[in-house]
Amino acid sequence: MTTPFYVAPEQMMKDRADYARKGIARGRSLVAMSYADGVFICAENPSQTLHKVSEIYDRIAFAGVGKYNEFDQLRIAGVRHADLKGFTYSREDVEARSLANNYAQMLGQTFTHEMKPMEVEILVAEITDTPGEEQLFHILYDGTVMDETNFVVLGGDSESITTTVAEGWSAGMSARDALELCRSALAGPDRELTDDALEVAMLDRNVGRRAFRRIADTDIASL
Amino acid sequence: MTLPQYGPGTDPGPDFTAFLRRNGIEPMPVASPNAPHSPTTITHGTTCVAVRYTDGVVMAGDRRATSGNLISHRSIEKVFPADRHSAVAIAGAAGPAVEMVRLYQLQLEHYEKVEGAPLSLEGKANQLSQMLRGNLQAAMQGLAVVPIFAGYDLARETGRLFEFDITGGRYEEADYAATGSGSLHAETVIKVGYRRNMGADDAINLLAQSLFQAADADSATGGADNLRGIYPIIVTISAEGYERVADEVVGERFAAIADEFSANHREVGA
Repeated sequence: MTTPFYVAPEQMMKDRADYARKGIARGRSLVAMSYADGVFICAENPSQTLHKVSEIYDRIAFAGVGKYNEFDQLRIAGVRHADLKGFTYSREDVEARSLANNYAQMLGQTFTHEMKPMEVEILVAEITDTPGEEQLFHILYDGTVMDETNFVVLGGDSESITTTVAEGWSAGMSARDALELCRSALAGPDRELTDDALEVAMLDRNVGRRAFRRIADTDIASL
Repeated sequence: MTLPQYGPGTDPGPDFTAFLRRNGIEPMPVASPNAPHSPTTITHGTTCVAVRYTDGVVMAGDRRATSGNLISHRSIEKVFPADRHSAVAIAGAAGPAVEMVRLYQLQLEHYEKVEGAPLSLEGKANQLSQMLRGNLQAAMQGLAVVPIFAGYDLARETGRLFEFDITGGRYEEADYAATGSGSLHAETVIKVGYRRNMGADDAINLLAQSLFQAADADSATGGADNLRGIYPIIVTISAEGYERVADEVVGERFAAIADEFSANHREVGA
């Protein structure tokens, strides 16, 4: 019988975290921010069909970076959770906070108990009828939840992007201004990002019950 | 409530009803074969009509629900948006009908969100057909639901209409459709007044006229309730989506129809 090597728990967690972080850093980043009509979400994503940002419920959106199949699985679980809750109770009872907690549970569980942590970072955003009450829950691969205000950056090179967004962000920005800020932050100093390299969506409190609105690449110019 | 997770073999996919069943919820309870026939005093919704026009479809429904010979509700709604580009109107047992619509709306929305793209119009009509088939046992015991489904087909760029029967039979109609107790009168009015490629205004007028005549001849169909300001629901569905015609506009149309009718049929003071 062979005795397994002793690995200190600290080391084990650190290895897993490094593994997850490396996976996330390989992908492109994403920015979400409050703007005049709700929440503006913009990701660097050359694909037209594999989305990083999507609708969960009337006033709730989901965004993920990292490994596509893993955050897409989380997205579908979120849609099911929300629709089941809305059907069982009422549409008003579906809220981002509870969904974010559930995501955190699931990611934390996977991080500590499974062989491989999920290589994802996700965002659950919610708007209300009142400007300034937007909620942005940023959830990490190990289940850490952060309740962010004004804006949030997901993904690998988040620090330099956060600096750019922090300098340019102001309350009540128009969609156009938010787009250009996201574009320059995601591109960094040495690159240019064209419309077809971006994925743009928003939660817009003026479009009726289902606030989620996806902007096609060809329509970005007319924002 | 925790996040639902499924393995490859048990995943319900975009089917909301199957997902509910996985969670132990039976959305449309199956009637027991031994249950007695339901009494006629159960609440029933009545007349709904739809007609195609140049930009899509116009749909309308009265507001009355009856229990036997009594009026049980004066302001129930029988025309609902199914999603952004389609609508469903119901006649029959009000309880199961309203629940079926709620489930149907959710089913379409759930599919769209999980799959990332909406169902085709044909697919939506088939979904409704399957739900009706699931209700067959209850329908045989008196809890029948008979809807009309109409929508704007974004792929074909035209409005389309579907009628159904209690077995889930699905029949696409080229021009107009009607359901409910007053449908015989309403459909006759539409048949006589129908013209190909009507504008929205003419189509709305024709449907208002048809409901007016149905209410005049069928006690279970409600017309314009001027005492309470309750008017039939009229909606248009075009490339721009589902839109309800404002109550004030509907009220004016019905007032005009009533004036004209009265001018020709009044016995006292003529």
